[in-house]
Amino acid sequence: MKYLEEFRDPELARRLLDDIHGIAKGQWVLMEVCGGQTHSLIRNGIDTLLPDAIELIHGPGCPVCVTPLEVIDKALRIAAQPNVTFCSFGDMLRVPGSGEDLFTVRSGGGDVRIVYSPLDAVKIARDNPAREVVFFGIGFETTAPANAMAVVQAKRLGLKNFSMLVSHVLVPPALDAIMSSPHTRVNGFLAAGHVCSVMGYWQYEPLAQRFRVPIVVTGFEPLDLLQGIRMAVRQLEEGRYEVENAYARAVTREGNVPAQKLLSEVFEVTPRKWRGIGEIPNSGWGLSSAYREFDAAIRFDVTDINTVEPAICRSGDVLQGLIKPNECPAFGKECTPRKPLGATMVSSEGACAAYYQYGRFVSLESIG
Amino acid sequence: MCLGVPGQIKDIYERDGARMGKVDFGGIIKEVCLDFVPEVMVGDYTIVHVGFAITQLDEQSAMETLALFEEMGVLEEELLAAPEVGTSDESQSPRGVT
Amino acid sequence: MDGWVCPLPLRDHPNVILGHGGGGKLSSELVEHIFLPAFRNDALQNLGDSAVVHIGGQRLAMSTDSFVVRPLFFPGGSIGELAINGTVNDLAMSGATPLYLSVGFIVEEGLPIATLGTIVERMAAAARAAGVDLVTGDTKVVDKGHGDGLYVNTTGIGLIPPGVNIAPQNARPGDVVIVSGSLGDHGMAVMSVREGLEFETQIVSDSAPLNGLVAALLNVTPHIHVLRDPTRGGAASSLNEIAKASGAGIVLEERAIPVKPAVRAACELLGMDPLYVANEGKLIAMVPREYADAVLEAMRAHVFGAEATIIGQVVESHRGVVVAKTGIGGTRVVDMQIGEQLPRIC
Repeated sequence: MKYLEEFRDPELARRLLDDIHGIAKGQWVLMEVCGGQTHSLIRNGIDTLLPDAIELIHGPGCPVCVTPLEVIDKALRIAAQPNVTFCSFGDMLRVPGSGEDLFTVRSGGGDVRIVYSPLDAVKIARDNPAREVVFFGIGFETTAPANAMAVVQAKRLGLKNFSMLVSHVLVPPALDAIMSSPHTRVNGFLAAGHVCSVMGYWQYEPLAQRFRVPIVVTGFEPLDLLQGIRMAVRQLEEGRYEVENAYARAVTREGNVPAQKLLSEVFEVTPRKWRGIGEIPNSGWGLSSAYREFDAAIRFDVTDINTVEPAICRSGDVLQGLIKPNECPAFGKECTPRKPLGATMVSSEGACAAYYQYGRFVSLESIG
Repeated sequence: MCLGVPGQIKDIYERDGARMGKVDFGGIIKEVCLDFVPEVMVGDYTIVHVGFAITQLDEQSAMETLALFEEMGVLEEELLAAPEVGTSDESQSPRGVT
Repeated sequence: MDGWVCPLPLRDHPNVILGHGGGGKLSSELVEHIFLPAFRNDALQNLGDSAVVHIGGQRLAMSTDSFVVRPLFFPGGSIGELAINGTVNDLAMSGATPLYLSVGFIVEEGLPIATLGTIVERMAAAARAAGVDLVTGDTKVVDKGHGDGLYVNTTGIGLIPPGVNIAPQNARPGDVVIVSGSLGDHGMAVMSVREGLEFETQIVSDSAPLNGLVAALLNVTPHIHVLRDPTRGGAASSLNEIAKASGAGIVLEERAIPVKPAVRAACELLGMDPLYVANEGKLIAMVPREYADAVLEAMRAHVFGAEATIIGQVVESHRGVVVAKTGIGGTRVVDMQIGEQLPRIC
C-alpha cells in the first residue's frame, strides 16, 4: 500500500539502525506512548535490533487497557439488558470487568455487536427504532472526533434510541502524571502520532520544558519508529529537550482544527480513572451538557457502579513504565492472554499481550 | 492505539448532512467521513481511523522524509565502498528478499 | 513485593463463547479437557485433520467438519463449496484419496427453498470437481431464530496409499516449510461482507479441493512429513500445532510469505495479521530439504499450487515455538491465536 510499504524498507531501516548504533553513547529509557507503537515495535522485531543501552518501555496509550474496571462493569450491565443492542470496537469485547466480559454477555443472550466505526452504531440505531442502541465510546484524542461526530449525527437525525457510554482519555495529563512520579525512569517520549494528527503537538511543548524531557512525535511504521528513536536519542546525547516531529506527513503543530472545534462542543474535560493507574485530574472527556441526553450512563442509571480495582495487579506499573511486562511474577504464568489479570494482557495492543504474543522467547533462545 | 491507515480519496459526496467519501486502501474501498478534512479533494491521501479521515497526508513531506533516509549513511558508504557501487542500487538489493 | 502473587484469574468461562470455535487455544482446550478424556482411543489420539483407522488391511482416513459460515454466500463461494472442499481437504492432509462423503443439513425454518437448491447445486459441482460422491445424508429443520439459515456437516472417508505416513508429529529439523499459495484470502473475503465491517474489494475466497495437489506431491515422493490446511486460526495456528506435536522449532521468513496486496490492505485496515486469517484452499507442507525443489516444481505445475513457495524451515532450536524473521530483519514469536481474531481498530 502506498505510504506504508515505503516506510517498511529494510535497507533504509538498516541505515537508520546503523545511525542509532553510532550515536547512542549513554543508557537511555524511551517510552513509546501509544499501544499501536508497542505493537509495531514488537511485531517488526525492532526491540531486537536496537543497542542494548536503549530501553523501550511501553506507555499508557492503549484505551482498551486503561478503560477503568467500573466503566467495563457499567458496559456489562447495560449490554445485558434485553432491549439493548450494545456496539463496540472489536477488542473491547475481551476486556474483563469484575466478573465477566462482553463475550460472556453475548453468550448469555445479550445483543453485543462489533462495529468498525461509531457511525455504524448510529446506522443500527436508525434501522432499529425499537431497540436502544448504545455505543461504547472509548479512546484517546484520535478516536474522540469520530465519537463526537456520531453523537452530533444522532442529534441531527433526532434519534431517541441512541446513546454512548463515554470514557475518553487524554494523553498530555498522563505524561504529566508519569513524569511527576518520583519513580519515573523515562528519559524521552515517542509521542503518539495519530493523537497528534488530531490535537497537534503544541500542548507538549510546556511538558518538554518543565520536565526537561525530549518528546518526539512518532508514526507507526518501522522507519517512523526508528526515526523517532533516533531523534530522541540524538536530543538526549546533545542534552536537548524539545518537541520534534518525526511524523510530518501526518502531523502539524496545530493539528486538526475542525476536529478540535467539534470536540470542544461535544465534550468537556473531566477527571478520569485509568485502569491500573488511578484517577488523573483533567485527563478525560465526558459529554458536555448540550449532549448529555446521549449519555448512556445516565440513561441506563449505572452511575452508581463504583468498582474498586484490585490494588494487587501490577498492570499499573507496566503502564507507567516502572516494570516491563515480563518482570511481573505472574507474566506468562497465572496471567496470559487466555486468562488476563490486567487489561494490559487483554488488548492485542496491551504491553503485556504484545510481549506475550511476539517477544516472549526472544531473549531465551539464540534465534538469530 | 489508534490504528490509522493511509488511503486515497476516490469520490466525495454528502450523506445525512455529512461530507463522506470513498477511500481506496490498496484495493480495499471503504466509506469514510471527511468532515474533519474539509480541504481534501479527490486524489488526495488521507489517514483514516475508525471510519474518519483525521488528517490529510502531506505527500511532499513523505517524499522528503524518505529522501532524508535515502541520503543517510550514503556519505560513509561512498567513502568505504568502491566508487562504482551505486548506493541507489543498494536500496533494491535482495537483502532479506526471497 | 516479595512473594507477591496475582489475584485469582478473573475468568474461566462457565459457558461456551465464540472463541471456543475459533480454531485457536480455546478450541484446543475444549478438545483436550472435554472431548479427549471422554472419547480417548488410539485413532483419536493423533489429532490430525483426519483420523487414520485400519480396516481389512487398508488404511482408511476419516474426517468430519461442520460449516456455520455467515453469510451463506460470500465473494468466491458459498457454504456449499466450503462443506465439500473442507472435508475433502482434511482427508487429503493425511495423504488419503478422498472417496465418499455424507452430508447433514440443519435448516432454519424460513430459509427459501431456492437458496437451499442453489447451495446444493454448488455442493454437487464441488463434489464432481473433487472426484468424490455424496452417498448419504440427513436433514433437520429447527425453529425460526435458532440458526443462521443453514448449517452443513460433512463427513468423509478416503484411502491412504501404502508407504505414505503424513502427520503433524513428523516435522523434522532440516525440513522446509512450503505454502501452496497466498494466505488469508478466504477469511478476508468473508470479512468483507460481514455485517458492520463491510468493505468493497476484489478479494475472493480461495475455497478449493486440494486432493489433486496432494496426489501430485505424493507422485514426486512419498516422504512428505506433514501436510496441513490452515483454516480457522490461519497458518500461525497450524504451524504452532505442528511445532507442538513434533517438538521441533519453526522459523518463518516473513518477507517470503505470499499475501495478495488486497488481502494485506484489508488486514492493515482491520489491524489483523494475515498469518492468523483463515484459508480454505491452501496447504502447508513440510518436506525434507532434498525433495524441496522437486515438490515445489510439482506444486507449481498444479492449478491450486501455482504460487507455491518456501516460507521457512524446521529447526533444532526453540522447540515447540514458531518464530518469524521480520521484514526489517528483527525476530518475533508467532504464537497461537487465543480465541476469535478481533478487528484491532482501536
